[in-house]
Amino acid sequence: MHWIDGIVQGVLLGGLYAQYALGMALMFGVMKIVNVTHGDLVILLALIGISLANVAGLGPWAVLATLVPIGAAIGWLLQRALLNRVVGDDPLPSLIATFGLSIALQNAMLVIWSADTRSLPGGGIQQASISLGPIFIGVLPLIVLICATLLTGGLDAVMRRTRFGRSLRAASADVEAAAMVGVNPRNVYAAATAIAVGILGFAATFQAMRSTVAPADGPFQLIFAFEAVIIGGLGSIWGAFTGAMILGISQAIGFRISPGFGILAGHLVFLAVLAIRPQGIFKRKS
Amino acid sequence: MSALLSTHGLIAGYGDMRALHGIDLRVDPGETVALIGANGAGKSTLLRAIMGLLPVAPDMIRLDGKPVGGSAPHRMVREGLAIVPEGRRLFTGMSVEENLRVASEHAADPVAEPWTLERVYALFPILKEKARISVENLSGGQQQMVSIGRALLAQPRLLLCDEISLGLAPKVVREIYAALPEISANGTALVLVEQDVGLAQRASQRLYCLLEGRVTLHGQSGEIARDAISAAYFGASHALD
Repeated sequence: MHWIDGIVQGVLLGGLYAQYALGMALMFGVMKIVNVTHGDLVILLALIGISLANVAGLGPWAVLATLVPIGAAIGWLLQRALLNRVVGDDPLPSLIATFGLSIALQNAMLVIWSADTRSLPGGGIQQASISLGPIFIGVLPLIVLICATLLTGGLDAVMRRTRFGRSLRAASADVEAAAMVGVNPRNVYAAATAIAVGILGFAATFQAMRSTVAPADGPFQLIFAFEAVIIGGLGSIWGAFTGAMILGISQAIGFRISPGFGILAGHLVFLAVLAIRPQGIFKRKS
Repeated sequence: MSALLSTHGLIAGYGDMRALHGIDLRVDPGETVALIGANGAGKSTLLRAIMGLLPVAPDMIRLDGKPVGGSAPHRMVREGLAIVPEGRRLFTGMSVEENLRVASEHAADPVAEPWTLERVYALFPILKEKARISVENLSGGQQQMVSIGRALLAQPRLLLCDEISLGLAPKVVREIYAALPEISANGTALVLVEQDVGLAQRASQRLYCLLEGRVTLHGQSGEIARDAISAAYFGASHALD
């Protein structure tokens, strides 16, 4: 029962990681950009959400509903103002640009919010749980998992079935050829980043509800997103979801073995995947 | 008749390397123009420059007399240009139909009878059978058909074709060239870059020969003598041999 409980908790934790990883997989898949600011954007949105809750008295769901469009707007601006200038065949310029932005963002957040840890009051939902026999399932992690599954399925459906999704996939396969048939790559890229950061509105809300956030926490979140994306196979949407689950389960089982071993167990599984199957579990069609 | 497309002393290249040294080319509405020349003569560069894939000065390319040089490719599509690029450049991981739909969903406003998925399938019936198949699983000829169909669904007034016969079996080349008259019948002007000089002459009304980034010959395709072509193709010194 101990281990089954570990796996269940791992899947629930994986739900949160999936929300980090989706946007990163999307940006890498479409633009080959490894967005180093990804974790800092989660923290930025979380801090904005906490301030909204404190100042305007918004409840957690109202914060979520506000953070998603704010995230989308930030993503759109980020792409238009910065990333469209550095995107290209060479991955280094975008890596350097997002790395620099990550540091600037952390310092800016430190100035605005100070180094204090904060969290978002959830009105008791953090403590609520359902018992299934001997296993207790937290209501909040369950909501997180359901949201992650719906977001993954929704994004996958958008990519497969819509005009926008087709233009994204076309730009991902061959951006110059996409431009030759009338797709404006800059618009497609801006929309992709808007979606990627919009999804972080979910991740930010849930992260701030289940735990605490502080301005310097971003890189930690980035690592989990990065590992989930690599485990799943760079650029694949359901791969990122699966990678997040594997990472969550590895950490939860690691915690059961020894409380200090949890995070390390996740890293070890990540390294094992890199060694055995470097292209990830869902190899992207080329 | 006023030209649909004209280039004026067009200069273009890649980085520091200049590949075109002042090209004057004219394409009238609905006509088919062939571009011949040896490898490295600048034929593909010329098509890429016209399509907006290389930086050029605005006045060097005019469409309906309006300067459009250096506009982004997606803007050139809006203006009624489309290209069948060298190497086909299909969207891998997507089906035949999805490849075609990307084009039809970003097309220019059709001028004549619009191209539809059904019309493309009627032109190349095999594509209808393969509609759901991912493009990387098609033969070279079928991929070329998808590339042509995709360009047609952009509803072009001027279609640029870069070596559509390259690497294909003679039977498949005939099949593809047999489709060109129907494209012309729609009022679409064509620029054909072609290695096979005889094929280029038969398929076009006028032809230009390029050598080392310059036009060395142009005229009515049916009236140009073969030795004039070989002189223009290889340069004057070779023609003496």
